[in-house]
Amino acid sequence: MALKFPIFMDSHSTTPVDPRVLEAMIPYFTEKFGHPGSRNHPFGWEAEAAADRAREQVAKLIGARDPKEVVFTSGGTEAINLAIKGVAEMYREKGTHIVTTAIEQRAGLDVCKRLERLGYQVTYIPVGADGLVDVEEVRKAITDKTILISGMFANNEIGTIQPVAEIGKLAKEKGIIFHCDATQAVGKIPVDVEAMGIDLLSATAHMIYGPKGVGALYVRRKNPRVRIAPMIDGGGHERGMRSGTVPVPLAVGFGKAAEICREVMAEEGVRLKALRDKLQDKILSSLDEAYLNGHPEKRLPHNLNISFAYVEGESVLMGLNKEVALASGSACTSATLEPSYVIAALGVGSELAHSSIRFGLHRFTAEEEVEYVGNRTVEVVTRLREMSPLYELAKEGVDIKSIQWKAQ
Amino acid sequence: MAYSEKVIDHYNNPRNVGSFPKELLGVGTGLVGAPECGDVMKLQIKVNLDTGVIEDAKFKTFGCGSAIASSSLATEWLKGKSVEEAAKIKNTDIVNELKLPPVKIHCSVLAEDAIKAALADYRGKWGKKEAAAGATAS
Repeated sequence: MALKFPIFMDSHSTTPVDPRVLEAMIPYFTEKFGHPGSRNHPFGWEAEAAADRAREQVAKLIGARDPKEVVFTSGGTEAINLAIKGVAEMYREKGTHIVTTAIEQRAGLDVCKRLERLGYQVTYIPVGADGLVDVEEVRKAITDKTILISGMFANNEIGTIQPVAEIGKLAKEKGIIFHCDATQAVGKIPVDVEAMGIDLLSATAHMIYGPKGVGALYVRRKNPRVRIAPMIDGGGHERGMRSGTVPVPLAVGFGKAAEICREVMAEEGVRLKALRDKLQDKILSSLDEAYLNGHPEKRLPHNLNISFAYVEGESVLMGLNKEVALASGSACTSATLEPSYVIAALGVGSELAHSSIRFGLHRFTAEEEVEYVGNRTVEVVTRLREMSPLYELAKEGVDIKSIQWKAQ
Repeated sequence: MAYSEKVIDHYNNPRNVGSFPKELLGVGTGLVGAPECGDVMKLQIKVNLDTGVIEDAKFKTFGCGSAIASSSLATEWLKGKSVEEAAKIKNTDIVNELKLPPVKIHCSVLAEDAIKAALADYRGKWGKKEAAAGATAS
């Protein structure tokens, strides 16, 4: 196979739309353009049926009993906002304490920060060096004022898969609502809201080869019946939880993407894990002081996150960005100019957070691409180390930490 | 972020990467920045002791592409300058030459700090030598 550049290996940010998904969507832009709320003519019936079919496809992928439990949103960020803020408002009389983790994606953390300003209390559970949350820490953080436990299924940077079922069990035991941000996990690994005791679950289409602009919040209807306050008021769509016309073509795409994932997930996971392991072995066996971030086994099959000591992440990306699309935890690549708080939370030191590179494989990743990216990464890191004063000092046997650095 | 052509050129073809022995009398070494901040520059000058002219300069940088380019450019500019002239290089000159965006200005500041640190190290050694020479003569 001739390689096509640039190679996309940033699948934790987004994924390409599967051609089968696009094909399913197209009629709903043109001849089947009706509003699902139009109850009195065939255009509306057709649109409503399509949205409901999509709801069912998404429900099946996450193990929901009833498609009505799936509320369409504009994406993962909105789903997370709706879940956390919706519970906070609805259950304010019951309590004002939320338990979450230090490595949530920005949407989760920023919603919690806002709630803190509004008078809520939030406990951010730290993670271990492998990125795992200790369920006992969650248990200890719970008070009689706790109304919500909100945590990721799998992390977007290091791919670490949390003990979701155990957290779900704890939540049930304590009678607390459990929201799980599963935007990175759904469609990639088995997710089952019933078996795992998840009450609210956020997902997004564009992470599973569907379109951008649509996501879903699963809201449990039984055992217990979870109620959330809406954020958007209007026509009372989506059982009153999310007003606004359902974007039928996008929802259809989301549904189709979910259906395909359900069919191919097991096989795809095995294939991507083998490719990911190959990439990991190539890099770790070719370079000294390259460190795997996250848990070695409990992680998404398509995720690889490595810190290359003594080189800065943005400079690695710069050496590759004409050929390969990747992400880094370096401050220089973030909007906030802070290094990755996820890598920093692993306790590895912020210099290794600056040096982290995230590889994300996907459905269309070919073996030749993996080989190419592995080789080029090793070349670029080697070249940058030759011009790194830190690498030179380390080779001279100087302990970098013993130097009195003057931070700017 | 899109990089300027000059930044890309310095990144792809860095000038004067390397090291001089720190202990040489004519060599001044500046090591600035901090690993936890994501950039460290080592900049060295080699001064002709008779003329006071910087004959050669070398750098090694841990940092983003703009930090590498800023220090690479600094070594180019230092060569052939007297120690006094070298002290006049300003971070704004580097910003203008490399067309650095506002978020990368700190890279140029770090390069200026590295130049100053290298010059101070050189002057410090020279001062010690003169003091030692003076002590022997008396």
